[in-house]
Amino acid sequence: MESKGLNLTLKIWRQENAKAKGKFVTYEVKNISPDCSFLEMLDQLNETLVEKFEMPVCFDHDCREGICGMCSLYINGRPHGNDSGVTTCQLHMRKFKDGDTIYIEPWRAKAFPVIRDLVVDRSAFDKIIQAGGYVSVNTGGVPDANAIAIRKENADLAMDAAQCIGCGACVAACKNASAMLFVSAKVSHLALLPQGKIEAKERVEAMVSRMDELGFGNCSNTGACEAECPKEIKITNIARLNREYICSKLG
Amino acid sequence: MSNLVNSSIGKKLMMGLAGLFLCAFLLVHLGINLLILLNDGGEAYRMGVEFMTTNILIKIMEIFLFGGFLLHIVYAIYVQVQNWFARPIRYAKTNHSQTSFFSKYMIHTGVIIGIFLVLHFINFYFVKLGIVAVPEGAEGKHDFYNMVLNLFKNPVYSWIYVVFMIGLAFHLNHAFQSAFQTLGWNHKKYTPIINFVGTAYSIVVPAGFAIIPIYVLYIM
Repeated sequence: MESKGLNLTLKIWRQENAKAKGKFVTYEVKNISPDCSFLEMLDQLNETLVEKFEMPVCFDHDCREGICGMCSLYINGRPHGNDSGVTTCQLHMRKFKDGDTIYIEPWRAKAFPVIRDLVVDRSAFDKIIQAGGYVSVNTGGVPDANAIAIRKENADLAMDAAQCIGCGACVAACKNASAMLFVSAKVSHLALLPQGKIEAKERVEAMVSRMDELGFGNCSNTGACEAECPKEIKITNIARLNREYICSKLG
Repeated sequence: MSNLVNSSIGKKLMMGLAGLFLCAFLLVHLGINLLILLNDGGEAYRMGVEFMTTNILIKIMEIFLFGGFLLHIVYAIYVQVQNWFARPIRYAKTNHSQTSFFSKYMIHTGVIIGIFLVLHFINFYFVKLGIVAVPEGAEGKHDFYNMVLNLFKNPVYSWIYVVFMIGLAFHLNHAFQSAFQTLGWNHKKYTPIINFVGTAYSIVVPAGFAIIPIYVLYIM
């Protein structure tokens, strides 16, 4: 079966290094299979660039199955492109039409500086996690799996929040470049479980304060993060984060 | 405690609480204004104004009201400037993410309300204080009834007033439910109720204010 290939115009942000002034460069790609992923399309472009002895376009990627959180890209005004609940590696080229012009930009945020081309430094997220996004456990024997009773509802909510892969689409989508959805997911999945409750107060205060220091914006409750999150994390988590934070400060 | 006023969540908390307080004030203000519709020659309205300008409790609340406005505005500017700085390089392609529409324009609708507030002060509050001269047709600096009628008999003023109220409606549409989200009040049972009340409030209150110039202009 032969499917019709797509001919596309790509406007890609090229930037030599963190200090350099970047610009959009236009590329034409021909006969792209609608069945391939967005990253595979970029691979094909890079092949042609290498053949011409030009520098390939740098972009982040790793697992290519939507679970690692490495891929990014702001595609035609939407993080991870024009589809819901997917990462860029899961975005199919069939979402585009023959002759389309596609703008490909890096995540834009003060806290996510561009390293090169489409690659941004997302270590700000790691710094937030280091501030308190963990449970302190002394080493010892493995506890029995059902020793601590957990409500089914809380277990489900915690698992939903724990789906966050830390890709940064929430920051990229937010008009304020706020990291509230990420931090709320990380605070929620621990705060909902008994093991996480012990350090809940210190955790929420430390993580929010680190988030503020790193230069992310404030939350305006616009809901763009929720709409773009590839793991469909809900803004009810942001309300929980607010609740945890306010109660911790008042309590 | 200090972080509760200057952290990202704390700032939004202050804005939200001040905003909800202002929402309550709007209801009181609307209640007094609607007395004009009674068509009793302004008797009930004058009594309302008399009460609002002389009662000691109201005078104390007036200080809190100005505090609320100041808090809301100062934090709004602070938060907005920080938000702009959080993305120094903007996207070339504008955002196509699904969002609540009015939430993106809170600073803009806020500025519209701010301009209206200045106009409102010149027309009424400064007259009461004696900073602005009593306009023609009014029988003194507390005769708000005639001041209102004189202003609203001018169609240009009345329609500008209506436009300002539309700006207010847009602002309130996001503001009400957003304040509850900021307070952490998101609940599968109550959030739909809050959203409904917020939408109803954002339509009914500005519409209530806007009815008065239309009434004075075309019916009275």
